[in-house]
Amino acid sequence: MDGEHQCLCAQKSEEELYPELDKIIDEHRGKPEDLIMVLHKAQNLFGYLPKKVQEKVALGLNVSLNEVYGVITFYAFFTTVPKGRHSIRVCLGTACYVRGGQGVIEKIKKDLGIKVGGTTEDRRYSLDVVRCIGACGLAPAMLINDDVYARTKPAKLTEILEKYE
Amino acid sequence: MINLTINGQKVQVEDGATILEAAQKADIHIPTLCYLAEVQAIGACRVCLVEIEGNRNLQASCVFPASEGLVVNTNNDRVRKARKFAVEMLISNHPMECLACARNLNCELQGLAEELGIREVRFRGEQSEGRIDDLSPSIRRDQNKCILCRRCVTVCKEIQGVSAIFTQGRGFETRVEPAFDASLNDVACAMCGQCTVVCPVGAITEKENIEDVWGALADPTKIVAIQDAPAVRAALGEEFGFAPGALVTGKMLAAVRKLGFDLVFDTNFAADLTIIEEGNELLKRVKEGGTLPLITSCSPGWIKFIEHFYPEMLPHLSTCKSPHQMLGALTKTYYAQKAGIDPKDMVVISVMPCTAKKFECNRPEMTDSGFKDVDYVITTRELAKMIKQAGIDFASLENGSYDDPLGEYTGAGTIFGATGGVMEAALRTAYEVATGKTLDNVEFMAVRGLQGIKEATIPIEGIGDVKVAVAHGLGNARKLLESIKAGTQYHFIEIMACPGGCVSGGGQPIPVDNEIRRLRAEALYQEDRSLGLRKSHQNPSITKIYEEFLGTPLGEKSHHLLHTKYTARGVYKED
Repeated sequence: MDGEHQCLCAQKSEEELYPELDKIIDEHRGKPEDLIMVLHKAQNLFGYLPKKVQEKVALGLNVSLNEVYGVITFYAFFTTVPKGRHSIRVCLGTACYVRGGQGVIEKIKKDLGIKVGGTTEDRRYSLDVVRCIGACGLAPAMLINDDVYARTKPAKLTEILEKYE
Repeated sequence: MINLTINGQKVQVEDGATILEAAQKADIHIPTLCYLAEVQAIGACRVCLVEIEGNRNLQASCVFPASEGLVVNTNNDRVRKARKFAVEMLISNHPMECLACARNLNCELQGLAEELGIREVRFRGEQSEGRIDDLSPSIRRDQNKCILCRRCVTVCKEIQGVSAIFTQGRGFETRVEPAFDASLNDVACAMCGQCTVVCPVGAITEKENIEDVWGALADPTKIVAIQDAPAVRAALGEEFGFAPGALVTGKMLAAVRKLGFDLVFDTNFAADLTIIEEGNELLKRVKEGGTLPLITSCSPGWIKFIEHFYPEMLPHLSTCKSPHQMLGALTKTYYAQKAGIDPKDMVVISVMPCTAKKFECNRPEMTDSGFKDVDYVITTRELAKMIKQAGIDFASLENGSYDDPLGEYTGAGTIFGATGGVMEAALRTAYEVATGKTLDNVEFMAVRGLQGIKEATIPIEGIGDVKVAVAHGLGNARKLLESIKAGTQYHFIEIMACPGGCVSGGGQPIPVDNEIRRLRAEALYQEDRSLGLRKSHQNPSITKIYEEFLGTPLGEKSHHLLHTKYTARGVYKED
């Protein structure tokens, strides 16, 4: 992986990114063994892996789309839905789980109307589960972007989320 | 060579052999599930576990290499318990609907449960939720029954080079299906049905049309005709306890009469007809500088494959319909006129070794008689089920016979069912037609057998050296097409979608391996040798149909009834 997970989707429209994808694919053309590497690069570029990207990668590397999708759905790192401007990550490690992390998730799902792994339609928020962020003493813990929220109470969540435009 | 000890017995095997292979050599049975000879050895299911001295853990014998001095135990309490546990875990997530399953009594999981002595279901918990995909006219998938052995994934990718299905997701959510939850009907699937042959359970089966056929037979206003592909007679017996390779033509004919079919024709007749039409097409292309090589078009799985993956090469295909479609069109025109039957009252059923033929008979082009040329296709397996449902004692049947004139055939027609058979039949006729001389040795051994791609050069006076090639299995077809694209020159090519050709097609009895493929093919060569006429152009009914009805090969009527066109499909479905 080269550097931080940094998507350029906010700066450029998706259509403008395809020539760059073509360049990536050209470096690995006809090499099925490079699939995961190419998917990493493509996700860095687009922020997620839309169907059209998967189709182009499959054709370029000479892998079936069905296999590409199989690899994407196997690894939690890959996502087929675009991420929101604000990434909510709720911890469900042992301590957070025991101290009510699930309740935090349920409240956010209800407030935002999305599932775990999903993104709101306005692309404002996306919601994921993480397993332990090393803040067990603060359980249940939650991250929004780089901000850590300790001892999160479901009742406070609506207020917290509103701070992120 | 390697020496090892299994269950106290000394065994010697070649370098590179696995413990499972060593045990098989010593006639020691180790149960397997995800393993399939010639297809897959991945050690995933943990059913073939064995104990190896010096190894703390039990090992999967299908992937563990034999080595010098190894001491293996395949049968002790620890091993038996571990195997049983593995199968119990699979069963805990398997719907116990054996009574209503298409694979009832021919299911490897069911067989293992019996073999390992499972008498209670100890683990009852959440079951993963799958869906049923029955949109494809050929193949039905029931995700709930899938045990994730991946045999279908492997045969589709590695043997057929198609990869229409793959494992999606992970853990308890894993499922085998196309990308984006698509139906098999909406992706680049050849519908060859090799997945249905390797599936150990009822998760992938042919889409049954048995009830449609019973419905037609029960309708007093319908004249119901049946035709059988050459490969059916070489394998149907296996469903009734005959050894692989038993030729059961006579019993099959008697059985279908007892089922109540009014007319019994033979696809072999149309195979002979194909040779006349395709042979003339080849000569025309050679003379007039048409697209060469000419590639056969009998195998609808192959046709769907080229339409998806090599649409730019469609001009190479013969325009001949597959033999059973020709026969369907002739049944509803030529025969209907001759017998004074209104074709709208006719129902044509094809018994095929093939699942792709189910798709083919529903193609919109296949209505040249003014009706659906073939109404329903059933597989060899489905015919066997119908015979069983009718309570017919197959083994004790006296030999039956075909109806004229669409039942008469030569040895050339019957070998269509084996890889290389279409090519051999074509060469027998091409030689005699081109040279006007009698071909004494009709057996072209170079195009027979299970080598993936076979090539031969046949000198024919007046034409010169004719270069031919034969591929079976779509993975081999792909290799051959790439070789043609790279500039290799051929005149004529035969391609069959399934490894071994139609004798081991997607609709044939389960199981199959290379030895069974060889035996079934041998049954057809045996029938060929037993027939007085072994060249398609010698078939008197073929001569007659041209005189009475078709006129000349490639003529107006042939063009209309016996030839077709193809559709460039591409790999992805348009949204």
